[in-house]
Amino acid sequence: MSEPRDEPIAVTPLGYPGRLLAPGQTYESVTESIAAIPLSNRPPRAWYIGFSLGFLFFMVLLMSVTWLFARGVGIWGINIPVAWGFAIVNFVWWIGIGHAGTFISAILLLLFQQWRTAINRFSEAMTLFAVACAGMFPLLHLGRPWVFWWILPYPDTMGLWPQFRSPLVWDVFAVSTYFTVSLLFWFLGLVPDLATLRDRAQRPWQKMFYGVIALGWRGSAAHWQRQQSAYLLLAGLATPLVLSVHSVVSFDFSVAIVPGWHSTIFPPYFVAGAIFSGFAMVLNIVIPVRKIYKLEGLITARHLNNMANIMLVTGQIVAYGYLIEAFMAWYSGDIFEEFMMHNRAFGPYGWTFWLLLLFNCVFPQLLWSRKIRTNTLLLFLVALSINIGMWLERFVIVITSLAHDFVPSSWHMYYPTFWDWATFAGSIGLFFTLQFLFMRFLPMISISETRELVAEPEKASA
Amino acid sequence: MPPLMKTSGALNLESIRTRLAGARGRAYWRCLDEVAETPEFQDFLHREFPAGASEWPDGFSRRGFLQIMAASFALAGLGACVKQPLEKIVPYVRQPVELTPGKPLYFATALNFGGYAQGVIATSHEGRPTKIEGNPSHPLTHGGTNVFLQAAILDLYDPDRAHAVLRAGQPSDWETFVSAMSEAMPGHQAKGGAGIRILTETVTSPTLHRQLRDLLVKYPAAKWHQWEPLTRDSVREGARLAFGGFVDLQYAFEKAEVILALDADFLFTHPASLRFARDFAARRRVQDASSAKMNRLYVIEPTPSMTGSVADHRLPVSAQEVEDMARALAQQLGIAAESGPTSHDPWIAAVARDLQAHRGAGIVIAGEAQPPAVHALAHLINAQLGNLGATITSTAPIEPAPVNQVTSLRELIADMQAGSVELLLMIEGNPVFTAPADLGFTEALARVKTRVRLGSDENETSRHCHWHLPAAHALESWSDARAADGTVTLIQPLIEPLFQGKTPHEVIDALTQQPGRESYDIVRAYWQGQGWTDFETQWRSALNDGFVPNTAAPSRAVKPAGIPPPKTPHTHGKLEINFRADPTIWDGRFVNNAWLQELGKPFSKLVWDNAALVSPALAQREKLSNGDIVELKFHGRTLRAPVWITAGQAENSVTVHVGYGRQRAGRVGTGVGFNAFALRDTNGLWGGDGLELRRTGDVHSLASTQQHHSVEGRDIFRAGTLAEFAANPHFLNADREPPPSPEDTLYNSGEFKYAGYKWGLSIDLNVCIGCNACTIACQAENNIPVVGKEQVGKGREMQWIRVDGYYRGPLDNPEMHHQPVPCMHCENAPCELVCPVGATVHDSEGLNVQVYNRCIGTRYCSNNCPYKVRRFNFLEFNAGMTPVQKMAKNPDVTVRSRGVMEKCTYCTQRINAVRIVAEIENRKIRDGEIVTACQAACPTEAIVFGDLNDPSSRVVKLKAQPLDYLMIGELNTRPRTSYLAKLRNPNPELPS
Repeated sequence: MSEPRDEPIAVTPLGYPGRLLAPGQTYESVTESIAAIPLSNRPPRAWYIGFSLGFLFFMVLLMSVTWLFARGVGIWGINIPVAWGFAIVNFVWWIGIGHAGTFISAILLLLFQQWRTAINRFSEAMTLFAVACAGMFPLLHLGRPWVFWWILPYPDTMGLWPQFRSPLVWDVFAVSTYFTVSLLFWFLGLVPDLATLRDRAQRPWQKMFYGVIALGWRGSAAHWQRQQSAYLLLAGLATPLVLSVHSVVSFDFSVAIVPGWHSTIFPPYFVAGAIFSGFAMVLNIVIPVRKIYKLEGLITARHLNNMANIMLVTGQIVAYGYLIEAFMAWYSGDIFEEFMMHNRAFGPYGWTFWLLLLFNCVFPQLLWSRKIRTNTLLLFLVALSINIGMWLERFVIVITSLAHDFVPSSWHMYYPTFWDWATFAGSIGLFFTLQFLFMRFLPMISISETRELVAEPEKASA
Repeated sequence: MPPLMKTSGALNLESIRTRLAGARGRAYWRCLDEVAETPEFQDFLHREFPAGASEWPDGFSRRGFLQIMAASFALAGLGACVKQPLEKIVPYVRQPVELTPGKPLYFATALNFGGYAQGVIATSHEGRPTKIEGNPSHPLTHGGTNVFLQAAILDLYDPDRAHAVLRAGQPSDWETFVSAMSEAMPGHQAKGGAGIRILTETVTSPTLHRQLRDLLVKYPAAKWHQWEPLTRDSVREGARLAFGGFVDLQYAFEKAEVILALDADFLFTHPASLRFARDFAARRRVQDASSAKMNRLYVIEPTPSMTGSVADHRLPVSAQEVEDMARALAQQLGIAAESGPTSHDPWIAAVARDLQAHRGAGIVIAGEAQPPAVHALAHLINAQLGNLGATITSTAPIEPAPVNQVTSLRELIADMQAGSVELLLMIEGNPVFTAPADLGFTEALARVKTRVRLGSDENETSRHCHWHLPAAHALESWSDARAADGTVTLIQPLIEPLFQGKTPHEVIDALTQQPGRESYDIVRAYWQGQGWTDFETQWRSALNDGFVPNTAAPSRAVKPAGIPPPKTPHTHGKLEINFRADPTIWDGRFVNNAWLQELGKPFSKLVWDNAALVSPALAQREKLSNGDIVELKFHGRTLRAPVWITAGQAENSVTVHVGYGRQRAGRVGTGVGFNAFALRDTNGLWGGDGLELRRTGDVHSLASTQQHHSVEGRDIFRAGTLAEFAANPHFLNADREPPPSPEDTLYNSGEFKYAGYKWGLSIDLNVCIGCNACTIACQAENNIPVVGKEQVGKGREMQWIRVDGYYRGPLDNPEMHHQPVPCMHCENAPCELVCPVGATVHDSEGLNVQVYNRCIGTRYCSNNCPYKVRRFNFLEFNAGMTPVQKMAKNPDVTVRSRGVMEKCTYCTQRINAVRIVAEIENRKIRDGEIVTACQAACPTEAIVFGDLNDPSSRVVKLKAQPLDYLMIGELNTRPRTSYLAKLRNPNPELPS
């Protein structure tokens, strides 16, 4: 097995970093570098720190949820008129973050983008965890969460079905479909790698664990043929989900009559925003992880560059969304829309709007520069700014619109309470807990697909 | 002793019952003791409660005994809770008298407001009153109620009410008190009662008056004093100044075309305000463009009031300036009153001309906060204008023994201070808290040998008393009272006193040593002596109707003396303070009533607090923001209070509402707000000049239910003038987009035809005075919880109907508008679309129905409601109810748990109750049969509910008016609740 040699990054004629795979990578080196991580005796110290932190906040989440169930949603800052607060902001934020995974796994697969290989496993896992975090919130924010299942369609003795015209019911279908398809897709891709781990495992518990979940994979041609067909099929299924899921989530707002919500730009604007924030989250995790686990040879500058480009594009779409909303508010001549836009920028929550523009529109423009796109620290910071900005965007949409809507006598501010923040931080804790567990026990990069790149080097430098 | 065992071997409960029935207090327990020790009872115990009986050790423990006794007796039906009173009370309409579970009975009675009776009908479910309505047959009130009457139910079931007789703070009983009095009274008798003093509030009860008179005959040297903090002394003295003696005036606002109110909130604080509101509204209502006529109201006052808010012309002036302006007006009308130039002379001249043009059809009325001189001037002006005898009639005083209450209190305190009072009996009232600060009531009280107070709560005054006697609530009492026109109502109880309360009649009897008469006997005895031709029939019909016919005081023509009163000496300080009745807790007696605490005050919408109301100009000068605590210094006394900037407040006037800051008011009211009584003295009973105000730098957080008072140009509240309306009845629709046509839809617009009943509601903004009676009525009827100050501060108040307040115009004197907002019951409801579980649906009669047990609490419906009429149970607001508090709930309405959305239902329980009756009788529901709680409570009849498919119904006629409009109709929600726009009738000579 030869060591990956340090070579200057080759540059394509258009000026982009050229390599998807560091030169000198072989089958063995690829498998070894990826499989060694879950099979290692001791994870790196950084893992312990990260996991502990995540787990600590996960405990905060459990505490917050317990108190929430004991006392009721009144522990949060919600009121009439702002009946949706952080819970819904977090829900939309997390679902948005999850979109990167499906985009990378499915759409980039169907578009034959080989660079997706190094990051698809990671981001698909991230999607699952993000959707899990997201899915918590619609349950938690219910006044009576113990009867949440009434929103599911099942034949009951009274012939009562959910009210299908409500976007919240559509959410149920969208999010559950999304989760199911993503899980299947991810797991299907994992199976050959799990088999690799099973075969390389030394300790009995590892052999047993990987052995069970590898589902008896032998690597025969028949297995591969079935796996690849199923994989492509699921990719095909998952692709429309990228567009539909967040569109459906955006319907939660655009179907309502609230000024600031009732806008037809929402579906494409939300989807673009989702991909925007999803890639930002992928970058925020991948950049430190590749450094700590020394995976720069597999997750190269080319990957980072491409992800940055996608963020740039989707960022422009999001900026267009803001612009068109402002324009329409003026063009409509509708007194409520005009007020909404004015209040958004200059009302009591105006500072969130300007921060939002800074984080979502101004800072991402730095990505025009290749220097910045290839500087891991700066890229990390821009991605972080986008994550914050996208959270602020949902805050502005949900809370600013509700606080000052049609009838001025009902206007009231929303102030998040300690539990609002605790639940939010707790959900981040859950996400990181799951993420770190994933990194510890499962192969972060798709071994089988990366080996394909070794086999077909022309793809590696496409 | 009759045998305890019946022949069959069962315990003879009847005999035990008889034995216990007569026993009270210690005797009762002694009786029980005897019963317990008999072998028959032991046998009974062993048979009925083998487990319990086995705990019965030979040397038995008292505690065990009591527990088992209680259990056994409760199960045997000997429980203390007697469902029906022993005396025969007469239900209002429904016969038979026997209780049908599930069907309420209605009883006519009266509740006290300002000392005078307000005729009400109380709804009784299974022997407990749950709701108060006005009595439409009552000759004075005609069916209106105010917030205090509506909230009386909660006062009845207040767990902080006095539970027992207290002697020096220790529980005692009535018998002990009676025997203590019987021991002491002969001693007093010997001195002719020289050491006896009785202190009551304003008394209009003929029976109580007779008892007091008899007591004063029996003890000639005893004295009876009257005092209440919101005393009507100025009114009485003003009449005395003008007419030479106490005279009560009856105002017929339905005949008045021009009204001038001199700091008079006659629509709210006057004892006849319910009638005034109805009559005023009758002349205010505009329903026909062709014959549109409205009265015209001028108001001058230092602080915004409900009357001021419906004025056509309102001037905010300091309370002192009111007298100046009254004098100038008198001068203009030819009365030689001392007067000088004022800063509003042109205004006064125009008003004078208007009043002259409507001679005999005007009313000039002064408020209780104005000095007697102003009242006298008002009487002179009315006489001059020929109003006296036309719109205003006079009668003998309705109070049987009117006095100047400040003088009365002063005399009492002087006697107490001198040590000549040996026995002081106080009936209700709280003079330790409310007496003017310079009189030293508390110090003088300490010198009284025996102090007794009959009160519904153990308040600050009871703390200083030797004896505290629990008072029976009006709904638990036999009594009587007079309304402001003299009509007598016999007060009948609906429930046995919950806490062994006594009425004043029984307490006076204890002093006059009548042998154990109950209130029933006392009241009957009085009326039997009135010479009715057929006593039983008349008694029963008086109870049935809620009033004794032909007891209104006959009018008695008076002529004013003609000599204008001398000018009240003015000081000319920079700032003035005004003490005013609080619009939600009156003078502090209602601080423990959570409904009233949580009711937003008419303009500030403050809850759970009071504040020093300051004008925007003063706030700017002193650099004050809402909530800044200032130190108010008046006549050497100080009070720290937070300020609230109030539009329409006179520039240099500060108003503080009295009654807050109590220290002993129960779990709800203690420590809430700031005590204005601490500043009030006899030199400035209603306020005065010489106020010093100083910022302290501290801040107090104030909670209000409405932060924003402008309509922001939206089609929410429509207002105009009568002239504009007369010129073009559709003038308010002129610049506006009409609501979309029902045909404008992708769906089949004719899909659902409301062929049966089609419920709708109309609210006439022209007559709404912003009294909030509808809000409390809805709260009482629909079991709406109270959430507390912190939750209201977060925006979680639960009231289903709210009265929004809007301002229009300059901050120092804006137009003030009130708009009640219930659920709109939209035909095209945005809330129904978005509920994921179908918990909010539309019924076949047009009601938007909230299904509590299906609601999972996503709150999407509230987000999508443009009117924000939906309320959510964010926490378990109904937790921790004591058994007594549970009795206040209306059993026909679900009590909602946490996590569930609720809202106005057009009182669906009332609709259903009427529907059931109509179906049984095989007929259609008639117009006016269904009366929603808000409609019933409203004194001005602003809210009208009815069937839109019935062309003869009132609501159809109202909605056909050109003034009818939908709130933000352009959203195409197609609400069933619509409004009639508000018109003003400004004087063309004056700037609007």
